[in-house]
Amino acid sequence: MAKETTLDKLKPKEKGKIVLIKGISKTNKRLLDMGATKGTEIVVVKVAPLFDPIEVKIRGYNLSLRKKEAENIVVETE
Amino acid sequence: MKWFMIMDESKKIRIALAGNPNVGKTTLFNTLTGSHQHVGNWPGKTVEKKEGHAHYKGYDVEIVDLPGTYSMSASSAEEIVARNYILDERPDVVVNVADSCNIERNLYLTVQLIELGANVVLALNMSKAAEKLCIDIDEDKIGYFLGIPTVKIDANSTSGADKLMDAVVSLATGRKERKPTIKYGNEIDEHTDELADMIKASDIRLNYVPKWVAIKLLENDPEVVDKIKGTDDGRKIIAEAEKKRKHLADVFGENFDNSIADARYGFIAGVIAESVEKKNIDRISVSENIDKVITNRALGIPIFLAIMWTMFTLTFVIGAPFTDIINQIFGWLAESLGKWIAEYGGPLWVKTLVVDGIIGGVGSVFVFIPNIFLLFFMIAILEDSGYMARAAFIMDRVMHTIGLHGKSFIPMIIGFGCNVPAIMASRTLENEKDRILTILITPFMSCSARLPVYILFVSAFFSENQGTVIFLIYLTGIFAAILSGFLFKKTLFKGLSSPFVMELPPYRWPAMKGALIHTWERGNIFIKKVGTVIFSIMIVIWFLASMPPGVEYASQESLIGMAGTVIAPVFAPAGFGNWQSAVALMFGFAAKEVIVGTFGTIYGAGDEGLVEAIRSNFTPLSASAFIVMALLYVPCVSAVAAIRKETNSLKWPIFVVVYTTIVAWISAVAVYQLGLMLGLG
Repeated sequence: MAKETTLDKLKPKEKGKIVLIKGISKTNKRLLDMGATKGTEIVVVKVAPLFDPIEVKIRGYNLSLRKKEAENIVVETE
Repeated sequence: MKWFMIMDESKKIRIALAGNPNVGKTTLFNTLTGSHQHVGNWPGKTVEKKEGHAHYKGYDVEIVDLPGTYSMSASSAEEIVARNYILDERPDVVVNVADSCNIERNLYLTVQLIELGANVVLALNMSKAAEKLCIDIDEDKIGYFLGIPTVKIDANSTSGADKLMDAVVSLATGRKERKPTIKYGNEIDEHTDELADMIKASDIRLNYVPKWVAIKLLENDPEVVDKIKGTDDGRKIIAEAEKKRKHLADVFGENFDNSIADARYGFIAGVIAESVEKKNIDRISVSENIDKVITNRALGIPIFLAIMWTMFTLTFVIGAPFTDIINQIFGWLAESLGKWIAEYGGPLWVKTLVVDGIIGGVGSVFVFIPNIFLLFFMIAILEDSGYMARAAFIMDRVMHTIGLHGKSFIPMIIGFGCNVPAIMASRTLENEKDRILTILITPFMSCSARLPVYILFVSAFFSENQGTVIFLIYLTGIFAAILSGFLFKKTLFKGLSSPFVMELPPYRWPAMKGALIHTWERGNIFIKKVGTVIFSIMIVIWFLASMPPGVEYASQESLIGMAGTVIAPVFAPAGFGNWQSAVALMFGFAAKEVIVGTFGTIYGAGDEGLVEAIRSNFTPLSASAFIVMALLYVPCVSAVAAIRKETNSLKWPIFVVVYTTIVAWISAVAVYQLGLMLGLG
């Protein structure tokens, strides 16, 4: 059953498919540039020692972003 | 016989290197240019500019290393600089260096370079490692589908570089007709073509590819809009683009930024499907395994602190003997020349000019060199290896709460040793505003040159609790930095929250040669630009201390003494309104260590006598106020010069000088007055 949630809510090892990025902002533009487009698979690798930011794997490389930034990424999970 | 060679214009080629950060662009640049390179700033920006040249098969090649970027929009100073160089300077060829293992995301920039109308050669870097570990790329196929020449290279080997230069020369000298192969889907392509036709038919005189302008207008790119809004035609086209943007948003159900990114990656996916085969081995796993330790929940911070401590210690411990040698050399020079001049009956002012002005001036520049070189070398190694990104990842939570980026932590830590390399280290921050904000706060990180001042006053008045008091002093500095950070974020840098979104590149063995070249370049810049400023100020101070002719050096009758007497009342509310303190503080502008020495000269006291002199001329309360003043007020002239260099402006260094002095004065006065009120006077 596909569930929709936002990236910041995923836990390490969980993965999802990007549905869309909410809103218009410099951050979102940057996320798009970095390959976080619709339909892309994204996996959470870990959370930083101080509980923010998070590290994800996307398009074959590792990206880190703050939870606040991850809030804008809507993903679909299994 | 030819006595001179006529430089054949057709034998000159200008190329630019473009690519994502961390792909080995700089390594390629170093391989191609060797030591024939020059580092500076792009005009009006704080972005580093690297130029160099090389000779290849009779061609004179000028190479510009553009800042690493992920895209060609106007989102950052780096992107604007890179983009404008390609648009306005029109290099003959743009070499797009890409990380072979990471080809998907790298091609995102490639397609945008092609959109720009640049003559692109794609250089697939780290190809040997890629073949072994992650991916099989058919360079001819990928070149065919992209429509550009493609070469596999390994940036640190010359054989790949030769193949690359062949392709570059061939493209530069051949016909520059490129078959357009990029497709973004019917909807987008139709609308951009229509807009492009309108642009071609209009009076817009931009020498840019119309289709690129069209795409940028649909993206609502502020720089491009700005460039064409001046004419009626331009405004009509902007309005039309606005209409199309809304229409496309309806069609796709999302705003255009999403659609164009989607379309680009869609095109890329098609290219990759035809020309690339991913291997099952996951290269990232090696880095991820290392990160299991490095960014581990429990170990991450201790390891980070250990690495910082090591970097710090190595720099100032390994550097210390060299600094000592330099001090000794200059001390010996000063003494010998001083004696020599006195022997030959030279007037006092010549002696002080040579000894205090020139030798003192030059010496105060050279004394920084060991630390600067060592620090830069280590920063280069840490950055190149990929560790810096992890450090930023770990410390971002802390930095973000004071409005900074995780990467700001490194310069601030370095600032405890010396503000000069700290300010120069702010270059690791990708974003210009983050860089400037970090630079503004760094002076409150109490540098090691201020320490002698604390020690002097603390041993005079607080000898029982020296360690604790000094710790509190440092804490005050940190507190001031954090407070200023908040303040600046709310006022000067309001609303400019830069994204943290940051790549964690795979770990790499740092390129020693590259690090050394980098260190040498930076060190040279420091000596040349910063050094001349320091030197000039030292001469000015010498002058003020020696004139009018015949006065005792730095006495109350000298110009600087007179200035001190005039300024002194300003410090009265802080409890040290005497000319000696004023003069010491003024000398402290040149270099903080000089404050203690100045008191020594003025009070005519040696080491032990000085503590006594301080006890006689200050009270514990006024001493505390003076300490606060010394802690917070203007950084030394070297640091101010470094700020000027790094911010590429006059307003920021002036702002720092004014701001820190005001904060220091207010704080010192507050301490003294509060103390009086509490009866501690």
